[in-house]
Amino acid sequence: MTLQVPAAVPLKAGDTLLYLDGVSVSFDGFKALNGLSFTVAEGEMRAIIGPNGAGKTTMMDVITGKTRPDVGEVYFGGTTDLTKLDEAAIASLGIGRKFQKPTVFESHTVWDNLDLALSGPRRVFPILFGRTDAEGRRRIEEILETIRLTHRRDALAAGLSHGQKQWLEIGMLLAQDPRLLLVDEPVAGMTDAETEETARLLREIACDHSVVVVEHDMTFVRDLGVHVTVLHEGSVLAEGSLDHVSADERVVEVYLGR
Amino acid sequence: MITAFLLRGLDRRALVFLAVLAAVAVVVPLLNLATPAGSGLHIPSYAVTLLGKYLCYALLALSVDLIWGFCGILSLGHGAFFALGGYAMGMYLMRQIGTRGVYGNPVLPDFMVFLNWKTLPWYWHGFDQFWFAAVMVLLVPGLLAFVFGWFAFRSRVTGVYLSIITQAMTFALLLAFFRNDMGFGGNNGLTDFKDILGFPIQDEGTRAGLFVATAVALGLGYLIASCVVRSKLGRVLVAVRDAESRTRFLGYRVEMYKLFVFTLSACMAGVAGALYVPQIGIINPSEFAPANSIEVVIWVAVGGRGTLIGAIIGAILVNFGKTWFTGVLPELWLFALGGLFVAVTLLLPKGIVGTATALWRGRRWRGPAATGEGTLAESGGDAEPPAAAPAAGPAAPERAS
Ligand SMILES: Nc1ncnc2c1ncn2[C@@H]1O[C@H](COP(=O)(O)OP(=O)(O)O)[C@@H](O)[C@H]1O
Ligand SMILES: [Mg+2]
Repeated sequence: MTLQVPAAVPLKAGDTLLYLDGVSVSFDGFKALNGLSFTVAEGEMRAIIGPNGAGKTTMMDVITGKTRPDVGEVYFGGTTDLTKLDEAAIASLGIGRKFQKPTVFESHTVWDNLDLALSGPRRVFPILFGRTDAEGRRRIEEILETIRLTHRRDALAAGLSHGQKQWLEIGMLLAQDPRLLLVDEPVAGMTDAETEETARLLREIACDHSVVVVEHDMTFVRDLGVHVTVLHEGSVLAEGSLDHVSADERVVEVYLGR
Repeated sequence: MITAFLLRGLDRRALVFLAVLAAVAVVVPLLNLATPAGSGLHIPSYAVTLLGKYLCYALLALSVDLIWGFCGILSLGHGAFFALGGYAMGMYLMRQIGTRGVYGNPVLPDFMVFLNWKTLPWYWHGFDQFWFAAVMVLLVPGLLAFVFGWFAFRSRVTGVYLSIITQAMTFALLLAFFRNDMGFGGNNGLTDFKDILGFPIQDEGTRAGLFVATAVALGLGYLIASCVVRSKLGRVLVAVRDAESRTRFLGYRVEMYKLFVFTLSACMAGVAGALYVPQIGIINPSEFAPANSIEVVIWVAVGGRGTLIGAIIGAILVNFGKTWFTGVLPELWLFALGGLFVAVTLLLPKGIVGTATALWRGRRWRGPAATGEGTLAESGGDAEPPAAAPAAGPAAPERAS
């Protein structure tokens, strides 16, 4: 017996972790995303590059439920339609996000920031009476080591340096223990040493998580050594290894050539 | 689990406050009832009532600080919840009048007889029972806050827009309660109360009892608020205040947290109103005036937003000042209040308690740990404000205004 596979079987039936197909978003007629399609496999780390205004942040807004696409499909884990869910629900599914501008809870300590991010109950009453258990505290210690902030655990987040805030936010993503991490321009405004350290941190994270990282800094992307998707005017221009896309004339024209 | 939750709320500052409050609750009635009128230690009954009123305001201010100081929800309509609690209590007190009213109707309050009403409206049923009224004191403000919050927070109304619609809410209620056909006594409101739980409402003993009840309610309210803000939920609230969308992307349903704390706060305001009415002897629509709600926010700002204790101190100090001022220079009070608000905003942006805490901290640890100053919602909470004993000592000799 042969199985007749209909031609229209979407790719989402396959083993993608993240699947975007024909996603468009417009703001007052301006198309920030224009038929954007790409997929990320489980366990993959992907870098997204593209000039300013290419729609990278908007793409993250769509995946995390902040912005609804006008048309197009967004699936997570092959079956979950993300366009039907809100931010909290999507976060609970296991998608964590680091903002372009570092966003941590300034009047909380480093420890409390991680504690709030720690995967666990999110409903009002369990949170009201709940308390972080020994296992949770152990995980926080571990993350503090990873992000090199153990010595600042009791400091208020407001007192951290810019780079430390970025790391704390990445640590908060780790504490969420998501299946997919979306990281928006993590090294913007960092010193070279901090940038290197961040690349190390992300590679470490990529060992056991799927990661999508948006970045401008080509040295940093080279450091990561992963597949690259080039975005331009809201759609994919090229995809492949960094050397492959750098050789693409259109990419050179819109982006690298500048 | 619950015990741990309670214990976390009881830090040193909370214990000191509760001890002071307990002392006030014992000493004030004692000096009122057990000393002869001529004695230097005697506290006259009007002063007991005045202090009781301050404590009601303190509870109201506490409820505003809980949402504004810790969750960033600036409600400019909390007077509405206070007034609704007051009306619920007022309805009970009206039903207690019975045949002692001017018209002697055993069921209908005087104003209904006056309007030629023949039967009691359905929503007045049950208010002859104290327990029913007590439930309504919590339920009515709580339900309104829940429904209001459900729509506002789910549609993500925040900031100034939220403040404006809370003003609109209290203003709408003001207009509604002015109408005679609403059945709440129109612009005269509810008054001429005779007794509460069988005790004559004008009696010294009853007044002292109401004062103690208010102190207990304030203590409980403080304890609950303190437990909430020191729980993990309290940290989520501060997270919402500081970075709302970040909190969402961590998987917290922000609107549910806001709804919870807003409803809790409205219930606290309702209790404050319910204790206020029997001591003042009247509730009328002017309690819904938008300006009242704004005044509460000023008390909190003066005392120190996000400190709980500051809201209480601010409410008592400002109202003490108001009593004094309206006695001496009544026409200048509003200017004084406005000036005070501007002065505090410019000179003491953290309010009295916030500034005192910061100074205290600075003195204690000038060491390595002193990075960043966060008086709001710190989790340590071992610093105390300088002894600012609330509501101690005799009040200025002015009548309750
Ligand atoms: N909320 C919004 N309203 C209007 N225009 C927007 C909005 N968000 C993004 N845009 C526009 O969409 C385009 C893509 O923005 P963005 O996704 O932030 O780009 P990138 O992150 O790649 O620099 C930009 O031209 C930006 O001005
Ligand atoms: Mg961007």
